[in-house]
Amino acid sequence: MMKKDIMICGVGGQGTVLASKIIAASAMDEGSAVHSAETIGMAQRGGPVTSHVRIGDDAYSPLIPIGGADLLIAFEPSEAVRNLRYLKKDGFVIVNSVPMKPTTLGAGEGYDGKAEIEYLTSKCRCLIVDSDELCAPFGSSKFFNIAVLGAAAGTGELGIGADTIRTIIVKIVPERFHEKNLAAFAAGYKIGENR
Amino acid sequence: MSKKYVMGNGAIALGALSAGVDLVAGYPGTPSSEIIETVAKYPHEGTYVEWSVNEKAAMEVASAAAYCGARAMVTMKQVGLNVASDPLMSLAYVGVKGGMVVVSADDPGPISSQTEQDTRRFAEFARIPVFDPSSPEEAFEMVQDAFEYSEKYKTPVILRPTTRVDHAYASIDAPDSFKAKEYEGFVKDSKKWVIFPRLSYMNHATIEKRNIEIGEDFSSYRFNTVSGSSEKAVIATGVSYAYSAEFLKDYPDVRLIKVGTPYPLPESFLLKALDGVSEILCFEELSPFIEESLLKLIGKHRLNIEVRGKLTGDVPPNGENDADSARRIISRFLGLDVSEKTADLSDAPKPPMRPPVLCAGCPHRASFYAVKRAMKGRKAYFCGDIGCYTLGNAMPLDMVDTCLCMGAGITMAQGFNHMDSDAVAISFTGDSTFFASGITGVVNAVYNAADMIVCVLDNSTTAMTGHQPHPGTGRNMMATPVEKVSIEKILTAVGVKKVVTVDPLDLDAAISAVKDCAEIKGVKAIIFKSTCVAITKPTGKMTVDSDKCVGCLRCIKEIGCPALSVCGGKAVIDENLCTGCGLCSKLCAIGAIGGVE
Repeated sequence: MMKKDIMICGVGGQGTVLASKIIAASAMDEGSAVHSAETIGMAQRGGPVTSHVRIGDDAYSPLIPIGGADLLIAFEPSEAVRNLRYLKKDGFVIVNSVPMKPTTLGAGEGYDGKAEIEYLTSKCRCLIVDSDELCAPFGSSKFFNIAVLGAAAGTGELGIGADTIRTIIVKIVPERFHEKNLAAFAAGYKIGENR
Repeated sequence: MSKKYVMGNGAIALGALSAGVDLVAGYPGTPSSEIIETVAKYPHEGTYVEWSVNEKAAMEVASAAAYCGARAMVTMKQVGLNVASDPLMSLAYVGVKGGMVVVSADDPGPISSQTEQDTRRFAEFARIPVFDPSSPEEAFEMVQDAFEYSEKYKTPVILRPTTRVDHAYASIDAPDSFKAKEYEGFVKDSKKWVIFPRLSYMNHATIEKRNIEIGEDFSSYRFNTVSGSSEKAVIATGVSYAYSAEFLKDYPDVRLIKVGTPYPLPESFLLKALDGVSEILCFEELSPFIEESLLKLIGKHRLNIEVRGKLTGDVPPNGENDADSARRIISRFLGLDVSEKTADLSDAPKPPMRPPVLCAGCPHRASFYAVKRAMKGRKAYFCGDIGCYTLGNAMPLDMVDTCLCMGAGITMAQGFNHMDSDAVAISFTGDSTFFASGITGVVNAVYNAADMIVCVLDNSTTAMTGHQPHPGTGRNMMATPVEKVSIEKILTAVGVKKVVTVDPLDLDAAISAVKDCAEIKGVKAIIFKSTCVAITKPTGKMTVDSDKCVGCLRCIKEIGCPALSVCGGKAVIDENLCTGCGLCSKLCAIGAIGGVE
């Protein structure tokens, strides 16, 4: 039976919740027990958000312990660093290199995410993805949440079959978005596979 | 039957539906809001569901159902129980016929709340039983048990989940459609249902005697458990039990006691579980409820057990527990050596602060900005309230001087007016908050001849908690179109001198409305009406003409919209975030921002 702790992090509004829902549903579809937890409430308005997805019967609580995550999927470079303590020593990080600048005046001045990406590369096994580049063919960075799942599946670090995830995307996402989302998933998969 | 992957709140809803709940009422509040939404979502026959105007209304509506012998559930967040405490305290004396479960969700952290209050204290205060689930799976079963206990002992019963149980997802095996339980109906008996001093005197004695019986009953309840047999024991409740159990799975000999029913205390169970214990760590969140209960129990039975926890400084007095604090605190208590599991990260770049902000295009930003511009150079107090618009306090808007509790914006602005009549007293209240507890405040201000401006930020939804309908929206939870309750007519009817409705995105008109109102004596009101951007499709996009932009950054410095940032010394607009509200274009002095609104 598979056992995997996956953390997804980003900034409120980036679409992390849908990504975690698809991972959870896919793992269950493959017969695993799943528990997960989301950030809901005030922090959703542009604050840091995390989703904890725990696959396997071993999870007693919904939150991944520090040093417990097998995989960290970060929608933003500084959020990857903020949550790096959750990663296992030999864990894997998939990180979007495009920064989200904080809106609050004076906060994070000069922040461009470059130092964070450099730090992550020096510290752990990781795959760096550029959401602008990856999502350009689909017309909106809103497709990044599906594309990054493709990348995660492509690397093999997710431990869930790409076909299972595709089935779940079709099940969860409204029909008019199927084509673009499946294309975004395929584009991400290619990047993950060719790592 | 089928497996459903639901939030803890969904599990509570499914549990109540499985118990044949006849009526569910509540008021939205994080982390409790999804319970009612889930009840409404699944096919159910004969169950009445409503978003009430506030928690007190919900509690009273549900009480009537329970008097009829029907099963009733009320849902709210912990501070909502403060609002509903008036009916609850009396109801505890009167009792119920049908099962009544009060779900009050606590929020250790606090993550989305004003207080770190502990509903277990409320249960003890009201002398009624409380269930404390440690997982969504357990919440699903406990809510069904709670109905049984409520009917067995004819008392309202509290289910107290916390945020990490409410918002954790798990698979629940539940039916696919539900049918409400049949009930007898109300049987008149004024000696039973009309609260009088004599009845309260009689029932008080009965309740105290009954609570000893419930404690005994709880002593064999399946969610009060003990594992391991060490002399040093850990006792935990709620989600703190889940964290403890996960850490202690590698140490199965360590005695771990779980209390699923903190009040009335299952004394016999605990006395047995504590047999042979010399020292015990209480791992719980919010108040030291179990810790103090144990100290009483140990004193009463003259046991020689050292109790550690919040009172001894072993567990922090505030904030939430998690897997990591369980590992640190329990290993220190047991004298275990646990090595660090992560690489050294002390050299990591410091991530930027990201305080929550109003969404790009949020009409509240425009409302605050209009009032700010109109009051420039004047002494004014800005009293905020509970909702998304509390975020109007963030720089650069800085338009919320106070925020206390639901509805307090209006009444506090009135108080400031009586203390300092030279200043303009202004309150900001959302539409849902206005209905929940704003109206009485306006009446109070009119009655007491205050001089103030009531601003209603009407975005046609209860936005912060996930866009629930309210009396002004024309929709309710039974999905039937209903008459819209008019905020404007209410304000006029209670005697407000001048009531203006204005679109906050029409900046000039909004500024004039505020200026006009400030010139008139008495209570005035401005309804800033514009629908929440999260429930409408964006109408357009604005762009900065970089050839024209001189880089003064006035747009960024004055309104702090998340879609605006600086690139190469000039303002740029993130087209993925912009909704085309056009506020930034109206304050650009050189007309460098244009586009489609």
